[in-house]
Amino acid sequence: MVERIEEIQLEGMAEVEAAGTAAELEEVRVRYLGRKAELTGILRGIADLPAEQRGPVGGTGNKVRKALEAAIESKVEGLNNAELEKTLAEDRIDVTLPGSPARAVGHIHPITRTRRLIEDVMIGLGYQVMEGPEVEHDYYNFTALNHPEGHPARMLQDTFYVEDERHVEQVLLRTHTSPMQVRAMEAAPPPLFMIVPGKTYRRDSDATHSPMFHQVEGLAVGEGITLADLKGTLLAMLREIFGPDREIRMRPHFFPFTEPSVEFDVSCFRCGGSGSLEDGSRCGLCKGIGWIELGGAGMVDPNVFGFVADAGYDPDSVTGFAFGFGIERIAMLRHGVGDLRLFFDNDVRMLEQFS
Amino acid sequence: MRVPYEWMADYCDPGLEPRVLAEKMAMTGTEVERVVTLGPPSAERFVIGKVLEVEKHPDADRLNVCQVDTGDGERTIVCGAPNVAAGQTVVVALPGAVMPGGMKIKQAKLRGVESNGMICSERELELGEGHDGILVLGDGPAPGTPAVELLPLAEPVLELEVTPNRTDCFGIYGVAREAHAISGAGLAAPPWDGGPIGPGLASEPDEIDRLDDPVGEESTADRVRIVVQDDDLCPRFTARGYTDVKVGPSPLWLKARLIAAGMRPISNVVDITNYVMWLTGQPMHAYDLDLVPEGELIIRRAENGEKVAALDGSEYELNDRMVAVADRNGLAGIGGMMGGSVSEVSESTTTVLMEAANWNGPNVLRTSRDLGLRSEASARFEKQLHPDLTLRAQAVAARLMVEICGATPMTGLVDVAATPPLEKPIRLRSGRVERVLGMAISTDRQAEALTMLGFGVERDGEDLLVSVPPDRFFDVTREIDLVEEVGRISDLDRNLPATLPSGAGRPGGLSRQQALQRRAEDSLRESGFDEMVGWSFTDPAETDRLRLAEEDPRSSTVRLANPLSEDQSVMRTILLGSVLGAAQRNLARGADRVALFESGRVYLPAGEFGPGPLGGDFPGNTRPPSNEPQHLCAVMVGPIDPASWRGESGATDFFALKGVLEHLAGGLGTSVTVEQVPGIPAEPFLHPGKSGPVVLDGRPIGWIGEVHPSVAAEYDLEGAVAFEIALADLLESSKVGEESYADFTQFPPVDRDLAVLVDEGTHAARVVDTVEEAGGELLTSVSVFDVYSGEGVGEGQKSLALRLRFRAPDRTLSDEEIEPVWQAIIDALAESGGTLRG
Repeated sequence: MVERIEEIQLEGMAEVEAAGTAAELEEVRVRYLGRKAELTGILRGIADLPAEQRGPVGGTGNKVRKALEAAIESKVEGLNNAELEKTLAEDRIDVTLPGSPARAVGHIHPITRTRRLIEDVMIGLGYQVMEGPEVEHDYYNFTALNHPEGHPARMLQDTFYVEDERHVEQVLLRTHTSPMQVRAMEAAPPPLFMIVPGKTYRRDSDATHSPMFHQVEGLAVGEGITLADLKGTLLAMLREIFGPDREIRMRPHFFPFTEPSVEFDVSCFRCGGSGSLEDGSRCGLCKGIGWIELGGAGMVDPNVFGFVADAGYDPDSVTGFAFGFGIERIAMLRHGVGDLRLFFDNDVRMLEQFS
Repeated sequence: MRVPYEWMADYCDPGLEPRVLAEKMAMTGTEVERVVTLGPPSAERFVIGKVLEVEKHPDADRLNVCQVDTGDGERTIVCGAPNVAAGQTVVVALPGAVMPGGMKIKQAKLRGVESNGMICSERELELGEGHDGILVLGDGPAPGTPAVELLPLAEPVLELEVTPNRTDCFGIYGVAREAHAISGAGLAAPPWDGGPIGPGLASEPDEIDRLDDPVGEESTADRVRIVVQDDDLCPRFTARGYTDVKVGPSPLWLKARLIAAGMRPISNVVDITNYVMWLTGQPMHAYDLDLVPEGELIIRRAENGEKVAALDGSEYELNDRMVAVADRNGLAGIGGMMGGSVSEVSESTTTVLMEAANWNGPNVLRTSRDLGLRSEASARFEKQLHPDLTLRAQAVAARLMVEICGATPMTGLVDVAATPPLEKPIRLRSGRVERVLGMAISTDRQAEALTMLGFGVERDGEDLLVSVPPDRFFDVTREIDLVEEVGRISDLDRNLPATLPSGAGRPGGLSRQQALQRRAEDSLRESGFDEMVGWSFTDPAETDRLRLAEEDPRSSTVRLANPLSEDQSVMRTILLGSVLGAAQRNLARGADRVALFESGRVYLPAGEFGPGPLGGDFPGNTRPPSNEPQHLCAVMVGPIDPASWRGESGATDFFALKGVLEHLAGGLGTSVTVEQVPGIPAEPFLHPGKSGPVVLDGRPIGWIGEVHPSVAAEYDLEGAVAFEIALADLLESSKVGEESYADFTQFPPVDRDLAVLVDEGTHAARVVDTVEEAGGELLTSVSVFDVYSGEGVGEGQKSLALRLRFRAPDRTLSDEEIEPVWQAIIDALAESGGTLRG
């Protein structure tokens, strides 16, 4: 009898193993463990067996029953998993289709992006960001920047004037962001480290001049600030914007509100400053010069401090530097935009290229 | 300022390639715009020829066949110029010569006659503008002489971009001194002090003395009377008379120099005035003294409406802010600008008055602007010249008048001068250069640099006492100006270290407002909007297109006095027009949907500032002339979402954009509502039933709505929706960074729904307000989840379904606790006209 039970185990295990679906397995379970199954019958009839057989048959029978139950249990799990996998494998979508709903992607204007980049670089150098009025008094745009009335330097900038009867002095659209130098100094004593990004206006319109454009002004005033500090600051800024290998060149120049004054150039990032490309042709970006003109700068003219002496700016105790350059110019260089006018045309086919 | 290299080399030849010199000048403060070569690219194969014979061409009426001696024998040259004649000395381009423009001269048959070169005209050599045929030289040079020995061929000319402070570089001698300081090459004495004045002309240091020596029989003072009525406008007027003047063409070298400098030769006397101006920086004017009645000139303010016929052939009407030179009969010139034709020097002139005067710079600048007239003279005077330069010019002119016009100078100058500007040496303190530049330069080197630049330098202990020459007088007035002079010629670019400012640490960063501004702009970007940058100026008709009433504050604009065009003549008072315009252009170019926003300023002539710089409240002692708050404007038109494989998205509408606005406010940690505010009328450019003010804490900060159909039609933007808000006000209410944590409860909420019938015109927000007010503390939120009208709902009514959430912080709410609150809500709704449904 015990032998028969062991045979049943072998047969049953084989059939469990062979079952390919949940239904087949259920059949196997009924056949070996159901009410009418042989093993069930044997165990049920134990009481009728001779006393000496009851122990071995009952022990073996129960052991086999448990073993079969366990085998079926684990087989069920396996079969379920396999069937799930099979179902899932058949339940396919095209994952390459666009997401839904198709959401429009917005874009920040390249001028804003460039302005923010410059702001972030200068913030890292310890500067604050300030804004100033675009419709401005002549005083801030010219007079307090050491352009006295009748000074020919006023002619350098074609100025838009505003019809305004309420003010004795002329009102104009600022021709540079520099008026904020004086406003900022009026508002706070030194040390002062600030930049002013913003719109500026000159009465000039062609492929390389827009009547409205954007500048960034920088001003640093404190004790012991030198022209060498200006050079270092511009160099640090330009390397952040145009790459770590860039060099700076400063050429003496003239601006009424700085003395000494310089214009500054960055070494060309296309040809590396050599003026020629690898194939020997002339670099088109810097026109073979190796340098790209960027802006004007200089040491704050003592006369400018004279206009804010009451606010704590004594030219004998503080010095300072100022610089200014165009945001469009930086954006054009960084992104290869060839025509200034594209920035204000707002064609979405252009805007969408700048995320 | 055009500087012919060989002219400058009379005084200083730096021995550098013009391009190298240009580079050095650029690095010391004078930009060289370009270096041009005047005339042919090379002077080779251009020689002097002597025309021996001229015959008509057998087969061409207008051609001549010439036999020309070019030193290497006789050659046949076919020439088309009508003025060619035997005996002439001419310039011949031999085969192999390259003309300006690149044409190479070859041996060629012209109508069957072999031609071995070309006889050149002034124009062909870029020496002049003469149209009357070939250039005929005076006798003398032997055939075969290289033409470059007589004429400036292939002459390098530096085109300087002189900054307005450097009046000295508006004269060749000043540029030569600059070249001397840059290169260290020697510098000749100035032409007014014994230096060279022109090729082949005697340099007689004593000649200057003639000014006051009795040279002529007459003295200037006998023939000339100068009356200066306004010495503020004319600080100095010098005059010298000449007799026996022989007017005629200038010698070729003088004409060539003027042409190279960009001026047109006229006659020797006039050319001398221009030559002297180019050399010394001081303009001059020549009068035919016989045409000046009694030799009297009065320098006075013009009368309003007084007219003068000027040398350029135009008549100018002056006013009493302008200074004029008058003779006894009327005006004879505009001070500092241009002489008059009444006493113009002509071929018959024999007696000349040479004027070298000094004028008030700002006045010349204004006159020039007001007359729309700019001359080489005014371009110099407007920058304010020193009165002493007049004497330099008179000295050089005297030598040239004698040498070139055979004139006899009258004795002495008439010199009417106001008190000269006070000269005072400037102290350059030891250590000051280093303190400003951050680079040490020894005192010796400082002194050397300043001396080479023409300053007088004396040592005073460790300091330098520096006196300024007249041609730098108004530019260099302070110690800092000397620092610049020393710095700029000390190879600043190479030697200056690059350092960062030291000193107390300072926090850099964006202000809270600036940081939030970026967040607001980025929110719209995340909502799928493209940022645009519109023009600040606009068309005055835009307010009409937007249907703004005349009394609307946005109809008063900041108006430009000198706009580029009427389209750009006023500053915008609202962003909407710019954004609609850009949307219109994009749709016209084929876009099927547009979502644009602009973050920019509007410009209002008056009004209260909002908070902070974005509200228009800028730092500084003087309030800005206009009010410039930053606005945020968004416009959306077309489908809400781009076309998709899952089907079309609906057309954009009010609620799509309101969602964007709510997302914007939510991202800033604040919220706005859209609701009517008493006293705030509907925006005329919006659909009156589908728009409303954007309200923050009960105060309108902007508007949102569907664009009014007739405005939308103006821009071809049917169905467009838009909002515009004052950014500073929105940011001011932001709680970003200021949130304080509130303990949230673990106890479960109880949600109950109700539906209420109200009049169709009742705003959902009002119903919600009623519920919230009645709900008390236990009611934590109310939201509208359905709006229904139609079947089952009475005419003129709508059903609003609300979800109410009740919660207590410290316990689970029982129905018994909610019941009285619920009843209060029902009662409040009933009282306000709502009927509970179902």
